[in-house]
Amino acid sequence: MTNFRIAGKGRVNRSRQIRFTFDGVDYAGCEGDTLASALLANGVHLVGRSFKYHRPRGVLTAGSEEPNALVGTDRGNGRSEPNTRATVLEVFDGLKTESQNRWPSLTRDIGAVNDALSMLFSAGFYYKTFMWPKSFWDKVYEPVIRNAAGLGKAPTAPDPDTYASRFAHCDVLVVGGGAAGLAAALEAGRSGASVILCDEQAELGGSLLSEPAAEINGQLAWDWLEDANAALAAMPNVTVLPRTTAIGYYHQNFVGLCQRLTDHLAIVPEGAPRERMWKLRAKQVVLAQGAIEKPLVFAGNDRPGVMLAGAARTYLNRYGVKVGNRVVVVTTHDSAWHAAFDLAQAGVEVAAIVDVRGTVPSQLAAAADALRIRTLIGWTVTGTKGRLRVSSVRVNPVTNGGKVGAAETIACDALLMSGGWTPSVHLFSHTQGSLTWNEDGQMFLPGRGMEECRLAGAGKGRFGLKAAFEDGAAAGAAAAADAGFGAEPAVYHVEGELSFTGVTGRELPTDRDPGHAKAFVDFQNDVMAKDIRLAVREGFKSIEHIKRYTTTGMATDQGKTSNINGLAVASDALKRPIPAVGLTTFRPPYTPTSFGTFAGYNKGALFEVTRKTPIDAWAEENGAAFEPVSLWRRAWYFPQVGEDMHAAVARECKAVRSSLGIFDASTLGKIEIVGPDAAEFMNRMYTNAWTKLAPGRCRYGLLLGEDGFIRDDGVIGRLAHDRFHVTTSTGGAARVLNMMEDYLQTEWPDLKVWLTSTTEQWSVIALQGPNARKLIEPFVEGIDLSEGAFPHMAVATGKICGVPTRLFRVSFTGELGFEINVPARYGRAVWERLFEAGQRFGITPYGTETMHVLRAEKGYIIVGQDTDGTLTPDDAGLGWAIGKTKPDFVGKRSLSRPDMLAKDRKQLVGLLTTDPKTVLEEGAQIVLDPNQPVPMKMVGHVTSSYWSAELGRSIALAVIQGGRSLQGQTVHVPMPDTVHAATITGMVFVDPENTRLSA
Amino acid sequence: MLLIRCPYCEAERPEVEFTYAGEAHIARPADPSALSDDDWRDFLFIRTNPRGRHFERWRHMHGCGRFFNAVRDTVTDKFAMTYKAGAPRPSDEEIALAASVKEARP
Ligand SMILES: [Zn+2]
Repeated sequence: MTNFRIAGKGRVNRSRQIRFTFDGVDYAGCEGDTLASALLANGVHLVGRSFKYHRPRGVLTAGSEEPNALVGTDRGNGRSEPNTRATVLEVFDGLKTESQNRWPSLTRDIGAVNDALSMLFSAGFYYKTFMWPKSFWDKVYEPVIRNAAGLGKAPTAPDPDTYASRFAHCDVLVVGGGAAGLAAALEAGRSGASVILCDEQAELGGSLLSEPAAEINGQLAWDWLEDANAALAAMPNVTVLPRTTAIGYYHQNFVGLCQRLTDHLAIVPEGAPRERMWKLRAKQVVLAQGAIEKPLVFAGNDRPGVMLAGAARTYLNRYGVKVGNRVVVVTTHDSAWHAAFDLAQAGVEVAAIVDVRGTVPSQLAAAADALRIRTLIGWTVTGTKGRLRVSSVRVNPVTNGGKVGAAETIACDALLMSGGWTPSVHLFSHTQGSLTWNEDGQMFLPGRGMEECRLAGAGKGRFGLKAAFEDGAAAGAAAAADAGFGAEPAVYHVEGELSFTGVTGRELPTDRDPGHAKAFVDFQNDVMAKDIRLAVREGFKSIEHIKRYTTTGMATDQGKTSNINGLAVASDALKRPIPAVGLTTFRPPYTPTSFGTFAGYNKGALFEVTRKTPIDAWAEENGAAFEPVSLWRRAWYFPQVGEDMHAAVARECKAVRSSLGIFDASTLGKIEIVGPDAAEFMNRMYTNAWTKLAPGRCRYGLLLGEDGFIRDDGVIGRLAHDRFHVTTSTGGAARVLNMMEDYLQTEWPDLKVWLTSTTEQWSVIALQGPNARKLIEPFVEGIDLSEGAFPHMAVATGKICGVPTRLFRVSFTGELGFEINVPARYGRAVWERLFEAGQRFGITPYGTETMHVLRAEKGYIIVGQDTDGTLTPDDAGLGWAIGKTKPDFVGKRSLSRPDMLAKDRKQLVGLLTTDPKTVLEEGAQIVLDPNQPVPMKMVGHVTSSYWSAELGRSIALAVIQGGRSLQGQTVHVPMPDTVHAATITGMVFVDPENTRLSA
Repeated sequence: MLLIRCPYCEAERPEVEFTYAGEAHIARPADPSALSDDDWRDFLFIRTNPRGRHFERWRHMHGCGRFFNAVRDTVTDKFAMTYKAGAPRPSDEEIALAASVKEARP
C-alpha cells in the first residue's frame, strides 16, 4: 500500500501506530489522525457514494463542514453510528468503519444507475415525477424511494451508551479555539472573569494547527500555541473544553455545548458517559468560529480527489499527508496558492495553478515562478475525468470578453479548489442576529445582534492571523469588561501571513452546455447548478423556496460549504444581487448531534417519573398486572394462577357484587379547600349548589371549563362549614388545582380561601360490596356506621385500626361502599389488616379494569374516556348536577349559547349489541344505515365497552347524535371484519333502582 | 431557555419553572349572564395574537405558585417587564423605562 505520509511534516504521533479498518480492509494510522487523514495517508480518496446519484465521492474538507465523507462506525460492544464525518472522527485501535450508500460494494454500486438517469432526478423530482399514475404511489414509488432514501443505516439495537448533562454559568464563553478564540480567552482569563473556552476539535489551535511556519510575537506558531495552552491551563478561572461543539445559541446567552468524552478512546472506561450536554448561561459570549472555504462550481467538481485547497494544506501541515502525487490547483482566491506552495515545497508535483481571476497579486505569481509552478491566470476549469478518482482536469483560457478558448487536458491525481471563504455566522444567526451583505468581501457579515455577544476574527470577516489575534483580544477584553472585569487587550506581531484576497466564485465559465454540466453546489444532497437554474425557470424566486424545491442546503451539513454558491447561482439566474435573493436561516444544532446527548439522563426509568401509592408494593407482591394512568402506575387486575385478564376481571367483578372487594384508590386527586369563603368558592367553581350541603355530607361535583364543557368530576365531602375535601380524577388533579388557583388568584382575590393539594397525604382504600360494613365495623372508632347515622354520601372523621381516618360512604360500583382515607404512611398497614380480616368474606383485591367494568354497569362516566372536551353536562346526562338557581359558576353562561342547546348534539347513551357476545371496540364509529355508500355518515362513537360478568353479556356506552331520543333504535358499528348491530339503551345496566347502595 | 423574572419572588428564574397562561388583562365579566352571545364569545375565544408587544400571563408553577403578568415581544421573545396580577396594564412609558433599566444592568 502506498504511503502518502511526508517525513518531518505534521503533528501526528508517528511513534504511536493505530490499526483500524475501512470496508473490512486493515489500515494503519497515527495517533492524532482523523479517519480522513489516515485514509488519505494510505492513498484512499474514495470513501462513499452520494445520496441521490450514488456518485463516487471523496474527502472534500478537513473539518466538521464535510458533506461527502460520511461513514458508518462500529466502536465495539454495540456502539455503532451512521453518518459520522470521517474528517472529525479520531482513529483509535480497533475502530471499524464502512462506507455508505453503496451496494454491493463501494467500487461497484448498483444505485449508480441513478447517475445515468440524473435527468429524471432534477429539481423538485419528488414533487413531479411520482405524481402519476396515482395508484403507483403506494405500491411502487413510495417503497422504492423509501428503500433508496436516507443516509447510512440506523442502528437497530438500543444505544448501550450513557449520556450526561449539566448546567453551568460563566462570565465569558468563547466559542472556537483558533487564533481569535485563544486571544479572547487569554484576555478574559487574565481579567479574572470565569471563562469557558470550547472547541469542536481534539486540540485547540484552529488554523494555527495548519500554519507551523507563522511566527507570533517572535515564536513559531506551534510553540506559541503550547505556551497559550499552558497559560490557559494555569488559570483556575478558565475551563477549556476540547471536543466540544456549541450546537445552539438560545435566548439570554443560553448556549448548548455537546462535549464528546469517549468516542476517541479505544477502551471506554466502565460507566463513562459518551457525551455531555452543557446547558450554559454566559454573561458574555465571544463567537470565534472562523470561516469555511467554498468549493468552486464546475463540471466534475465532485470526483474523489477533488478537494478544498485549504483542506489539502491542513492534511499536509497538520497531519503530514500529501493528498496526491501530482496536483492541480484551481482558485478565485489567494489562499489556494499557499496550498500549492506548501505542497511544492514538500516535494509534491504541482502541475498548474489555474486562477479564474484576470490578475493575481504579483508576489504570488513570483513565488509560483520561484517554485517553477505553471500558472494559468484567467483560465477556467471545464471538466474532470476519472471514474473512482480524478485522473485529469480540462482547462481553458478565458478572454477579457468572457470567451472560453480551446481546452487543454492536464493529468493529475488531486484537484484542489478554492472559491474563497465564508465566515461562520451560524450561532450568531441562531440568536436572530441580522446578517448584512458585504459587497467587497462577497460575504454575509454579522449585523445587529440580539444578545450579549461579540464575533471575532474570520468569523466576522477579519481574515489573517494578526487580524484574528487582535480582534479576538479586543473582543475578549471587551466581553470581560462588560461582565465587570478590567482588561486591556494585548498587541500581537505576526510574521508569515497568508495573502487573503479573492472573489466569490460564480459557476465557472465553460465552453460546454451548462445545462448538461454536472457542476455540484450541494454535495451532500446532490444538487447541481442546473437544478437551481431550473427552479428559477419554474418560477421560484425566494431562496427559501428554491432551497426547499431543490433541497440545496437541506442536508445534515446545513449547506456549510454550499449555501453561498447556491445563492450565487440563484442570483445569476434571477439577475438580482445576492442580498436581494436572501439567505436561508441557520438552525440548531450547528453540527449533527446524537439523540443521546439531548436525552441525557432522561431515559429508561428516568424518562418519566412513575408515581406509586403506599399500597403499590403490596399489589406487586400479590401478582398484580399494572397499567399506567397519567404518571401513576395502578394495579390493573390481580390474576390468579392460570387466569387471563378476562377471567381475573370476571372473578373480581363477581366478588364485589356478591361479597366484598378491596381497591387502592389512593391516586384520586385530592384538594383541601379551606376558609370562610370556601362554600362561595365552591359555588363559583362547580356546577352544583354547595351552600346547603351539610357538614358530614358529600355531593358529586361537576367542573366545567368557561366554555361549558366538562373538565372534571369527583365526590366532594364537606368536613366543616369552612372545609371541603375535594376529589378529582386521577389524571386531572394538577390541572384542576391550577384552574382553581387561577380563578382564586386572578379573578376572585378577595375570597378568603386556601387550596392545598393533598393527593399524596392520604392513602385511600375502597371497600365495596354487600359485606363492606360488616368488615370495617369492628375496626372503626368514633363513627356510628348504621344506615341512619352514616348513609350513602356521608363523611366523618374518626379512627380505623387505631389510626385517624376520613371515612367516606361512597360507591363507584353501585354496591354498598366505603372509601377509607388514612394518612399515607398507614395505608399499607390498614390495607393488610382489613385484607386479613376480610378473608372470611372472601375479600378480593381488584384493579382498575374491574373498577371500570363495575362503574360502566352503573352508567357512571369517566371524564376523559366517556367525555372528550366537547360534552356539556346535558350531553353526558348530568343536567341534574347543575345548580339551576345559582346566578353564576364557571361555564354557566356558555351553556345557553345557541350551539350548546342544539337538538342534534351528541349525547351519552348505553348500547347493547344484538349479539350479546360481541364486545365492541372503544372508539369504533357508529352509523344509522350500514348500507349507505362510503364515506358513511358517522353519528357517534363507542366510548366504553366491556364484558359484564354480572349480566353475562357485553355492555357499552357511546355518544350518539340526539341519542337520548333514539332509545330502542338499532344502530350499526362497521368494523373491518363485519358490521355489528346494537340497540340504544339507557346508561344504567345494573340495579337501576340503586337498592344495593344501601344494602 | 428564557429567564423570567417573577415579580413575587423578585428573582430571575429559568423558564422550566414557569407555565404560560394565555393573554393578560382579559377580566372575567362580573355578570356573565348580562353579556350577549357575541360578547361572551369574544371573551371566551377572541385574542389579540399580536406580532410584537404582548401582554400575557405566566405562573411561577414550580416556585411560589403565583400568577403574574408579563410584557413580551413575540418576535424577539424578549421580556420588557413582569408585574403582579391585578396591577393595571403598564403604559408605554413604564414599559420603556423597565426595559431600559434592564438593559443597564451589568
Ligand atoms: Zn415566584
